[in-house]
Amino acid sequence: MPRREATPEQAAEAASPELDVDLSQVQALVEEIDPQGNLIALLQRAQAVFGYLPEPVVDEIARLSGIPSSRIYGIITFYAQFTTVPTGRHKVWVCHGTACHVAGATRITEAMEQELEVGDGETRADREFTLDSVACMGACSQAPVMRVDDETFGNLSADETRKVARKLLEQVLAERGGEADA
Amino acid sequence: MPETIPAEGVKVGVSAGPNGRRRVSVCAGTACVFAGSMKIHDAFVAEIAEAGLQEQVEVTIIGCHGLCSQGPLAVVSDGDTYYPRLKLKDVKTVVEQHLAGGDVVEKLLYVDPATGERIACAHDIPFYKAQHRIALRDVGVINPESLDEYLARGGYEAARMALTTMTPEKIVEAVLESGLRGRGGAGFPTGMKWKFAAASPGETKYIICNGDEGDPGAFMDASIMDGDPHAVLEGMLIGSYAIGAHEGYIYVRAEYPLAVKRLRMAIKAAEERGLLGDDALGSGWSFHLKIKEGAGAFVCGEETALIASIEGKRGMPRTRPPFPAVSGLWGKPTNINNVETWANVPWIIAHGAAAYAAYGNDTCKGTKAFSLAGKIVNGGLVEVPMGSTLRHVIFDVGGGIKDGKKFKAVQLGGPSGGCVPASLLDTPVDYESLAATGAIVGSGGMVVADDSTCMVDLAKFFLQFTQNESCGKCVPCRLGTKRMLEILTRITEGKGEEGDIERLESMALNIKKTSLCGLGQTAPNPVLTTIRYFRDEYQAHIDDHRCPALSCEALITYAIDPDACTGCTLCAKKCPVDAATGEKKQPHVIDQALCIRCDACRAACKFDAVRVVSGPEEIAAAVRAQHA
Repeated sequence: MPRREATPEQAAEAASPELDVDLSQVQALVEEIDPQGNLIALLQRAQAVFGYLPEPVVDEIARLSGIPSSRIYGIITFYAQFTTVPTGRHKVWVCHGTACHVAGATRITEAMEQELEVGDGETRADREFTLDSVACMGACSQAPVMRVDDETFGNLSADETRKVARKLLEQVLAERGGEADA
Repeated sequence: MPETIPAEGVKVGVSAGPNGRRRVSVCAGTACVFAGSMKIHDAFVAEIAEAGLQEQVEVTIIGCHGLCSQGPLAVVSDGDTYYPRLKLKDVKTVVEQHLAGGDVVEKLLYVDPATGERIACAHDIPFYKAQHRIALRDVGVINPESLDEYLARGGYEAARMALTTMTPEKIVEAVLESGLRGRGGAGFPTGMKWKFAAASPGETKYIICNGDEGDPGAFMDASIMDGDPHAVLEGMLIGSYAIGAHEGYIYVRAEYPLAVKRLRMAIKAAEERGLLGDDALGSGWSFHLKIKEGAGAFVCGEETALIASIEGKRGMPRTRPPFPAVSGLWGKPTNINNVETWANVPWIIAHGAAAYAAYGNDTCKGTKAFSLAGKIVNGGLVEVPMGSTLRHVIFDVGGGIKDGKKFKAVQLGGPSGGCVPASLLDTPVDYESLAATGAIVGSGGMVVADDSTCMVDLAKFFLQFTQNESCGKCVPCRLGTKRMLEILTRITEGKGEEGDIERLESMALNIKKTSLCGLGQTAPNPVLTTIRYFRDEYQAHIDDHRCPALSCEALITYAIDPDACTGCTLCAKKCPVDAATGEKKQPHVIDQALCIRCDACRAACKFDAVRVVSGPEEIAAAVRAQHA
């Protein structure tokens, strides 16, 4: 599925020095997981901690391990799991496996793109949603399927997908309203 | 089938729990979870407590029970009563009427679509009856998070026998004699592979389980890893002793978090009981097992790429030889087998090579697991003897095509495989026979297509996948698939050119011949087989700008048939872009300039008034009719 690439704005933001990242956590990770031979596992843990892999984190791993950052980026850009840009608070995965494809997954993605106003493989500017496609979730008999964070949806129609999206938007708005009141 | 095959390990069933209590087993396979089975599980726990039955009845989860299209489902141990498609409100009924009252809930039982009869016992359902389960023997039977349940089914007895009474040579011999071939798709004789790795000089050797099941539409390996993790562990333990490896890795695809969790639990439990680790099973043999999580790259299913990925590198394939048996992980002799292959090993050791070889045909022995998906009645996980015909798998086990539609093709082997048409339904499922059709057994994904599936679009879908997943190391794969994809895309957009089919064919052959690894060598297969069997469909797109399956969005138009439309306004309500409009009780109209072809109106219409048409003349006529 499409690798996520940074828009120029996102890249600029990721590289900005104001980025609030506690680099001492990187030290702890490098001590816990030996970067030589376990680089992928280390990056997976780092991404779990920071949510993504910002430049200062990669540079710090490079500095502590002696592995050139070019090599680390070689790995980050090779594997679909890694991202150098922040992702949304809610993650939406639409399955595009074969069974979901023949059952109309393209229309599910289209519906989500329109309702959430975010492109496939992208994160909304307000960082509420990231929309992604995945190759197969193994729930072929419920095709087409979609996952929103930990919630799963099967046997979807475009119409139902729009309902799910609208509910999500309402929820996000309600949470924001709550914050504003407080 | 021979009489000598023991009944256990072949049937699907749910026994009472290890402590003899009655039990409700709720399927927690991926598809059932998507259908809401965990809520059903929690409801059973609550209702059973409510009824005061918690001392007599336990609720447990099981791995994929197989018939995923009937999920969420539960099986009650009394007579293995099968309750499919459960809704939350049904749970109370089952608890009150069946568990408390002792009466099977007739109205919730499975209905055989062929006869219309209700069937109570899981084993009597044709879908299960037609199968022979070896690799899947415990999947959907035991609680995958319980080592005790695996042990109660004879688990680790094969490993005990192998490690304490057999020599490594005897084990390799048994695997050779069983005729087991690599279940990941290539079909290389497993015993031969083991023999090479065992004979390879060197103190340190490794074994690896390839759980990077990346074919979209295939979920057999996931079901084994999260439904019966100990079967994989036990197979690897036996293999480690036969080959002489003290360390092993299970490489699991990033998208399978449940498999990772269950495998971790299984390894921990087995180590605590002394079944794995130093002095495994008290035999003096030591074997340590680690899990490596993939990071999302399809090409890592290729063995040399997988090894690079375990080493923490970019997962790019390299040329062979040297084969991993000579120089694999960290440059040491390494043996890689797929999940299903490993899971077969304990059964072969326990029941003997001859029992396994009794299944199958001349070239392919044993059984093979398949995942059935697409436009099929019984979508799910199945295991049948090698050499069964496609017709048997799709119609006898799979129940035929959904919604009474017509079978068009079955896609086998995912992005490396091909589409087999109706005329070849009697092809036996084995490596050689399927290769002759241009498809492959592959890892075992079968996706069934009906008339509404466009073959050009399906070929494009797979090529898009392989194009995206090409590691970029060699030119034919990196650039060749890109050029092919461009041609396919313009064909589906009605911009195909004369000679495009021939161009695709010639590029496909070149890519197959000159790519470095299996990904590139097989990437053109979906295109080649669809051209071979559905050339007229390509021609219709190119010559007539028409998609016969009414699927390619650029070539279809939605229009309302004024004679059928009752003016119920439902389509106007459902249309997300306000393209469908009209007065109440008056025929509606779809504005072609606004329509985004999302299918919402057609799906909503109760009067079949929304027509989908393709081809310039048909479109013009349908649009004219709307305004007539």
